[in-house]
Amino acid sequence: MLTTALIVLPFAGALVVAILPLPRTSTAGLSFLIALMEVALWIVAAGRYDFDAGGLQLATSTEWVKSLGISYSVGFYGFSVWLTGVTVVVSAAAIGYALWVGRDRPRAYHALMLGLTGAVVATFASQDLLLFYVSFEAMLIPLYVLVGVWGGENRATATLTFVVYTMVGSLLMLAAVVAFGVTQGTFSLVDSGTSDNTWIFLGFAVAFAIKAPLFPFHGWLPLAYREAPIEVTAVLSGIVSKTAVFGFLRIALPKFPEPVHDLRGLILVLSGAALVYGSVLAFRTWDLRGIVAYSSLAQMGLITLGIFAANDLGLDGAVLQSVNHALISASMFLLVGMVERRSGTGDIGALGGMARGRPVLATVLLVAGMVALAVPGSATFAGEFLIMAGVYGQGWGYAVVVALGVVLAAMYVLRLISAVLHVRPGSAVREEALDLRLGELALVLPLVSCLLVLSFWPALVSQSAFAGDAAAKVLGQGLR
Amino acid sequence: MIAAIQTPHVDWLALSPSLALLAASGLCLFVAALLPEWLRRAFAATIAFGGFAVAAGLAIAVFDHSPTAETLIADSMSRDRLAALTQLILAATGAVIVFVSWGERRRGGAAEYYALVTAAVAGMAFFVSAANLMTLFLGLEWFSLCLYVLVAIDTDRATSLEAGLKYVIVGGFGSAVLLFGSALVYGATGKLGFSEIAAANASSDAFLVAGLAMILAGLMFKISAAPFHMWTPDVYQGAPTSVTAFMSAATKTAAFVVLLRLVNTAFSSESDIWTIALAVIACISLAWGNLAALAQRDVKRLLAYSSISHAGFMLIAVETATSRGAEALLYYLVPYSAMSVGAFAVVAARERELAAPVTLESLAGFGWERPLYGSAMWLFMLGFAGFPLTGGLFGKFFVFSAAYDAGQWWLVLFGVAATMVSLAYYLNVVRWMYMRTAASTRLVAVGGAPPRDPALALSVGAAAVVTVGSFFIVQPILDVASDAVASLPF
Repeated sequence: MLTTALIVLPFAGALVVAILPLPRTSTAGLSFLIALMEVALWIVAAGRYDFDAGGLQLATSTEWVKSLGISYSVGFYGFSVWLTGVTVVVSAAAIGYALWVGRDRPRAYHALMLGLTGAVVATFASQDLLLFYVSFEAMLIPLYVLVGVWGGENRATATLTFVVYTMVGSLLMLAAVVAFGVTQGTFSLVDSGTSDNTWIFLGFAVAFAIKAPLFPFHGWLPLAYREAPIEVTAVLSGIVSKTAVFGFLRIALPKFPEPVHDLRGLILVLSGAALVYGSVLAFRTWDLRGIVAYSSLAQMGLITLGIFAANDLGLDGAVLQSVNHALISASMFLLVGMVERRSGTGDIGALGGMARGRPVLATVLLVAGMVALAVPGSATFAGEFLIMAGVYGQGWGYAVVVALGVVLAAMYVLRLISAVLHVRPGSAVREEALDLRLGELALVLPLVSCLLVLSFWPALVSQSAFAGDAAAKVLGQGLR
Repeated sequence: MIAAIQTPHVDWLALSPSLALLAASGLCLFVAALLPEWLRRAFAATIAFGGFAVAAGLAIAVFDHSPTAETLIADSMSRDRLAALTQLILAATGAVIVFVSWGERRRGGAAEYYALVTAAVAGMAFFVSAANLMTLFLGLEWFSLCLYVLVAIDTDRATSLEAGLKYVIVGGFGSAVLLFGSALVYGATGKLGFSEIAAANASSDAFLVAGLAMILAGLMFKISAAPFHMWTPDVYQGAPTSVTAFMSAATKTAAFVVLLRLVNTAFSSESDIWTIALAVIACISLAWGNLAALAQRDVKRLLAYSSISHAGFMLIAVETATSRGAEALLYYLVPYSAMSVGAFAVVAARERELAAPVTLESLAGFGWERPLYGSAMWLFMLGFAGFPLTGGLFGKFFVFSAAYDAGQWWLVLFGVAATMVSLAYYLNVVRWMYMRTAASTRLVAVGGAPPRDPALALSVGAAAVVTVGSFFIVQPILDVASDAVASLPF
């Protein structure tokens, strides 16, 4: 019931927000309130989840299409509890930012944001292949409109590329879903067995690789991340990309052991390429959004390296890093949005010197940046270390690539920080531009605090993602 | 003394949906002849709606009372759940069409319009229970004649007349081909009844194969599958929008069910021939319909090509020649009919507002101006494309599952590729409605407040409810569909 409530609350909220003819601020405020209720509900759910026992909990299942073995079947594993947790937190921050900024056409805007949240939560909770497909696909509808209506100047091209890329992936996945489910006789992820069909595996893998995105499939990323409203970008890079992580963990690994084994080398190489290529692009690009966007590409590569290391260390690290990256990219993008609102541009050449007289902005950006570049002792350091150790089991070369990625991360994050805060005052930075306001701080601070908590206690996530240390064993048994 | 003539026993209940609609049609004609002009529209519409409601109720009764399939009147008609279910869908479509048509203003002919619509559905109800080639042809002509007139009913619009003429010529040609094919089959087997043709076992006869091909071609005209679709865009564009909505949903439904019944009863032993033929036609329809739709600016034309591509999807379901495929087809028809009627109804709304043909440009800003129509149109477009929260997803999903189950994975891939292409134009409609403003296109409205048309809004709402409802309530529809399919010999 609790799981269903977590899924239904945002959708019901979306409906209420869309229908109630409230004034602008009240609409946004109501939406923010619903997002906070969702966070509270998640805290209750996480409290009920027994992390020591692990396995599928808080599960409900109702038959949907009996003759084909399709059911509405939801529940949580340790890692999906954490992925859902960052989802509700990040989307609350994003909705709060939209409230702060005061987006146009608030009823439609907030209904879509809440609907998007609901779809992501449903994706993380789904234990039925068709339900997973439905939720995965349902994310696209609000995203399409959010970018297409409220986006920047090139929004038409951005939405088109985004939709074409993701739909190619989704429809290949639909074919794979049909093939897998019809062969298995059930669409339940809990009841179905494994498949050794490489083509079906590829149908899923390509869909996830596009959503993440991974190296050769990232063509939609720069445009969409640059053109979307900044809080939508935060949601897109922070949590929507994590549905691919969930797909890899819940479907690709447990259901296709042999194809994974055969194609692991290829996927690891592509992930490594994403890590290095994304980092280099982030270092070379000209604007703030671009830096964070390409760093997301790099981080998703890092996470898939951990996943396809397919051992305990790698998998624990991948989940921890997913949580970290969701919080980091959301807070970084929101901070970028706040900087852009003050300067009117994200162009690095026109920024600089914002630290002087703006101590709060400087402190928050610096702290978030330090975590992002994996300073030893931070949560990301723990995640990257676990992934590096895990992937070492697949070959020392991969570990070298991860190390290279960590170095490059330091370079691009420091470039971003110094471009905004230090150097001489940029042409677009006016003297009277304000420091972070209380409302803005209230949105970013919780995200950064979560990161600091995880920095002190990374085992909170990494130890409980798969109940103890037996991640590979858990996945190997098909997550029963 | 003259011996009493032996009359065959007539099962009136089985014929009742058709007869109820005929009665409604007759009453509408009386209204046209006897009542003063200003009363005609209201009376005729009420009678037509009543007729559809009664027919729907009778169809449910027939469904309920026909657990096993029977044939009646010298084996010329069948009484089974397949026919009853289809009659129910047709009557429901007709009832919604009454609401769609309500706001349509034309000089004279209001009551005749409703008489023709009810008569057309009566013909379709007859058509779908046909059990021999003669009743099949009779039913086909019956509803086709009504449609020819309906398409051309806006006599003061040249495009309507042009569409009517095109439809008569091409439709007449299609009927002639079907009739010729029936004659060849009769020549080869000496039988007209579907089950007798199957029993004659004349697979090797070249005449039978030629006849089968011609009958299929005739039916393909009605379901507007490529390459028998040439009339569709022109007629859909030229006909009054309410008639287009009616044709796109009802004609397709009736013709598909008859196709399903015919190939699986009369020609089940020739399945190796027609499955390949239908698979090829399905692929051509998917390719041609979707690619041509990309180039359309007129929304009615766009939807016409979209309906051609959907004929392709449904043909995949028929082509599997399995009960699973048949269930998939029957399921597909439910959300498809709703989305189709709904989409054309929204087009009608914009058309009445602008008093001009609806192009993509003239949809600019529509979504924000009219939230109900906008969000409903959005829903229908996503449903056509097979997005979640609409029955369109399950329609495609069941078709693909049936094809994969029958070992035709290549058709699944073809369907998936076609869906990818279709997204471009479905989302384009959404883009025009929400992401362009009226100011950017120099759009000229007729002026004044947009016409209030609660009947139209109601019909769009009903279509939206069915579209979404069929996503959540899947199993009951499938159960009914599988009961209906049980009357076919699989």
